Amino acid sequence: MTDDELTALEIKLLMEGVAQVYGYDFREYAEASLNRRLIQWLSGSGFATISLAQSQLLRDRTLFDSLLRGITVNVSEMFRDPTFFKAVRDHVAPHLKTYPFVKIWHAGCATGEEAYSMAILLNEEGLKGRFRIYATDINEEVLRKAQEGIYQLQEMQHYTRNYQLAGGTGSFSDYYTARYDHAIFDASLRENIVFAAHNLAVDADFGEMNLILCRNVMIYFKQPLKERVLGLFDSSLVPGGFLCLGTKESLYQRKISDRYESILPRMQIYRKRYA
Amino acid sequence: MRKNRVRRFKAVVIGVSSGGVSALKLLLGALPVDFPVPIMVVTHITPDSDDGLAVLLDTYCAIRVKEADEQETATAGTVYLAPANYHLLVERSGNLSFSIDPPVNFARPSVDVLFESAAEAYRTELIGVILTGAGSDGSRGLLKISNFGGLTIVQDPEDAEMDSMPRSALQLLKADHVVRLNEISHLLTRLVSGKP
Repeated sequence: MTDDELTALEIKLLMEGVAQVYGYDFREYAEASLNRRLIQWLSGSGFATISLAQSQLLRDRTLFDSLLRGITVNVSEMFRDPTFFKAVRDHVAPHLKTYPFVKIWHAGCATGEEAYSMAILLNEEGLKGRFRIYATDINEEVLRKAQEGIYQLQEMQHYTRNYQLAGGTGSFSDYYTARYDHAIFDASLRENIVFAAHNLAVDADFGEMNLILCRNVMIYFKQPLKERVLGLFDSSLVPGGFLCLGTKESLYQRKISDRYESILPRMQIYRKRYA
Repeated sequence: MRKNRVRRFKAVVIGVSSGGVSALKLLLGALPVDFPVPIMVVTHITPDSDDGLAVLLDTYCAIRVKEADEQETATAGTVYLAPANYHLLVERSGNLSFSIDPPVNFARPSVDVLFESAAEAYRTELIGVILTGAGSDGSRGLLKISNFGGLTIVQDPEDAEMDSMPRSALQLLKADHVVRLNEISHLLTRLVSGKP
């Protein structure tokens, strides 16, 4: 067996142990990215091999948490893919406005940038005080960062450009306060966001959502887990509710696809049919 | 290596940056429609690009060119371009996958990410190609392909519109072939046809 085949085997064994000891199931994650992240974690861990790390990983929760951070942190940005947020503003918000109150599930919210983006967008579209965003992630540490709503000031130029391209109607700088090299987002945005831990691989659905956002999370999953997650979303969405996926994710050939229609070409925004 | 040993290849991966569009037109445009293995390409494009380059190349080339889609199986006779703002990877099953992990060598998609995953997926049955480009993305990936017994091709730096990507690769490893751009399609066709 070659060295990298041994490493692949060690990773398989470790993931088996992690699932049994901690209840985090990575066995249904696509291997190429998972392995890349694990090797990266290993190189900074001081252990020579995955097997050598395993004994301690299965006993030491703190060490496991550092591994969990390494393999579950997703990068994000505000108004990532501005054309997507523009489409939500122009084609989804008008429907949401017809409801007295709107519930949104943002699955895999990472450090919260897109949850704040959505709150800004909905406020500007006249839904202020009439929505709640349930922003969930598997990783509790990123949720703490999301809760703080503090980002690097140097990112603001980029985010401002995204905001404008996404059809922002205000001045982006009104939403945060600059302090030293950080931008602290307005606490009032957070009033409509609930950050909570949720593991798409093992946890249950959320009821009665009008909109579900899950972008670039399922790209890391193998087919059966993707189907499971889409099933969760399907049972959580009300008829007429919207499902928003990442640019390179689609419902094409998925089990639930018959119950959904695409509302815009080349945008992964779907609407659940009424019957 | 035994003389006249016939090597079997299952895939080609190509990395290119500045000067990529004209280089890809020339290289892919000269490949036969029935090219017997899949080709995966990373070219550095801006994050908000659409699939315009794939559409353009598909119109121009005999071989089918498309932007890679989620969990597609890499199939012979098709060129898959990495989409803007995503890393493209190859699974051991031969399926294509994506990630939005941070840029590598300031690039997403990154040539190294594609090459390193492809090296593990195809091992000795892979051909890696580095073409014109600024920076050094792809060098480590090409080294991994070489270390795993794959075959490596680098565009002659003297022939490249931007020579730093080819030069950087050649500093890291001794490539099996260092050739001019207009020779690469012929070389690839010969290599994958199984002729010695």
